[in-house]
Amino acid sequence: MQRSDHRPATLIEGGAVFPHRHLTGIDGLQPHEIAFLLDEAETWVEANRTHATPDKRLAGLTQINAFFENSTRTLLSFEIAGKRLGADVVNMHAAQSSVKKGETLIDTAMTLNAMRADVIVIRHMSSGAVRLIADKVDCPVLNAGDGRHEHPTQALLDALTIRRRRGSIAGQRVVICGDVLHSRVARSNILALTALAAEVRVCAPSTLMPAAIHKMGVTPFTDFDAALEGADVVMMLRLQNERMDGAYVPSTREYRMRYGLTLDRLARAAPDALVMHPGPMNRGVEIDSAVADHARSAITEQVEMGVAVRMACLDVLTRRSRGVEGWA
Amino acid sequence: MILALTNATLACPVGGVTKGNLIVRDGVVVATGLVEIPAEAQTIDCAGKTIAPGIVDLGVARIDRAAFRAGGIVRVGLMPDQSPVLDDPGIVQRAALIGKPDLWIHPIAAATQGLAGTDLAEMAVCLSAGARAVGTGKRWIADTGVMHRVLAYARDLDIAVVTHAEDGGLTNGAVATAGETATRLGLPAAPAIAEALAIARDLMLAEETGARLHVRQVTTAAGFDLIRAAKRRGVAVTCGITPAHLHLSDIAVSDFRSFAHLSPPLRSESDRQAALAAVADGTIDVICSAHDPRGPEEKRLPFADSTAGMAGAETLLPLALMLVRDGHATLDRLFALLARNPAAVLGLDTGTLEVGKAADLLLFDADAPWQITGDAFAASANNTPFDGLPVQGKVLRVWKGGREIV
Repeated sequence: MQRSDHRPATLIEGGAVFPHRHLTGIDGLQPHEIAFLLDEAETWVEANRTHATPDKRLAGLTQINAFFENSTRTLLSFEIAGKRLGADVVNMHAAQSSVKKGETLIDTAMTLNAMRADVIVIRHMSSGAVRLIADKVDCPVLNAGDGRHEHPTQALLDALTIRRRRGSIAGQRVVICGDVLHSRVARSNILALTALAAEVRVCAPSTLMPAAIHKMGVTPFTDFDAALEGADVVMMLRLQNERMDGAYVPSTREYRMRYGLTLDRLARAAPDALVMHPGPMNRGVEIDSAVADHARSAITEQVEMGVAVRMACLDVLTRRSRGVEGWA
Repeated sequence: MILALTNATLACPVGGVTKGNLIVRDGVVVATGLVEIPAEAQTIDCAGKTIAPGIVDLGVARIDRAAFRAGGIVRVGLMPDQSPVLDDPGIVQRAALIGKPDLWIHPIAAATQGLAGTDLAEMAVCLSAGARAVGTGKRWIADTGVMHRVLAYARDLDIAVVTHAEDGGLTNGAVATAGETATRLGLPAAPAIAEALAIARDLMLAEETGARLHVRQVTTAAGFDLIRAAKRRGVAVTCGITPAHLHLSDIAVSDFRSFAHLSPPLRSESDRQAALAAVADGTIDVICSAHDPRGPEEKRLPFADSTAGMAGAETLLPLALMLVRDGHATLDRLFALLARNPAAVLGLDTGTLEVGKAADLLLFDADAPWQITGDAFAASANNTPFDGLPVQGKVLRVWKGGREIV
């Protein structure tokens, strides 16, 4: 796949460790570039916990969060990340926007661009929409989820969580279970985790499994119990309400029976296995409360890592425009 | 008035490829080959370039005169998916007349009222108004009972039923073929067998009713196998394909290129290879452009939100000539695919260089190299999935009924 922003590092002035203008996906990132973003995020984790001297390195920069699809957690996380770094954060919600008045996506992008944003964070319901906008604007664009395609910051925060809790990602047996077909979280995680040499298993009923998923370097399972054998990390995906009642699975009751993560099931995984969920959870459907609130659950830690990862991405992507030494 | 095209390579689906002259008198071919040139004839020296029958493009979505002229297309079969739908004699008659004399438009009338797939349309009335076939448009008739009656009724009228072969239950909401590319991009996708399922049903109904069936685009190995077997049994079935499905696979969709958003969608590489084999073994009867120009308001969108279709009229000939270059078809067979066979589906006695036929002619330079550039198209939009591709074969002059189209 050819990419406008994916040139050999030697052709880029400065910023050789991360020679990308945008973050539209994990696809196209080299393993060392993913590791670099994780290292950068790591430095923010401590800073966020200690509330040490505030670092306002993005002061004076305008960050626009253009969310064409409803979101609470991701939007909040990006807003907090931007504000912690001192950026002027503006949120654009689809419900209030001219998108409802029939304006095309490109026109909206041009409008945001004309307002001289310094970084734009985009969520959209169509796969590929973020790439489309990234090609039209002058500032860095961060993908906060596009359709079923990618959600790179989620994959980065998951990778950071695994790395901190398990010591490393390479060699870990990670099971991703749930609605893989419609999940951008699954796609980005598959790309990031396989790039970092984890052993990735995906598990879903065949109605929720995309075709040829094995070509992405993962092992597909339909039997959750078999997939869980010896797992080091169990990553559950959210099952959307509208897909529960007969369309893709017969009922929530039946889904829980076959794919719900219970304490009994978790016993099949490694004794110290980590439990993860991108949220929001359907307690009692894909995950039982006893598991979600267990000591092995990293679910709230994922949220914490989310802010750190997004701070790192905002910082790294704006380094060139801010003229940071070695990047500009 | 006599027109003499001299020193030409004549590519005729019936007469083969020969060198010589072609004489036209009063809009009709009167002699071909090494024949004397009448003294009073207006003579055009073709300098060895190729004279072929003008292209008959079966199943275009839009009337786009400039693009058809540039592509050497003299007749088109117009899809019923117009606004309003071609299911009314007044609308059909208007469509049939507006192109003349330069471009002859042969409407494919809607087989069901409003293309809704529920009630039979007035097929005979539309035929009397100028329609040459009936069709399901870009849709599939889901109700097997309705499709059975459409085919039975069309058989009585001895016209072809032109179908779109995708099982709508499987393809509902899909914009790509299920496979690695669609999975990586996160695009809603349907399995390729959606095509074979639709073809299998319609073939059985055609066999049962004795109707003439033309499957406008067949694009998968399983689809070709069904058509091949049906032809062997003597079923009156023909099928077509576009250059896109012969030269591109679903990898062209990577990076969300909406110009490669087609209907049916691009297929896997193995299906593409099967399509080339189906050209070579005669399973495919027609190559069409499926010309469907779409502007930025319909294409500069996220892939799944964009409208399917490509502007194909101007690139039809050079992309088809690649089949000759690569040995999948001979030049005379190519013009059976581009002219004689589509004409036959529409019940037209044209598409060859035989004596006595209307002089619908195309002069082209089979070797002239050029680069496909959407922005330089004569078409009303530039949505080609082949942008930037170097090709060979340039249309030089076009005649309709002996009259040059400029």
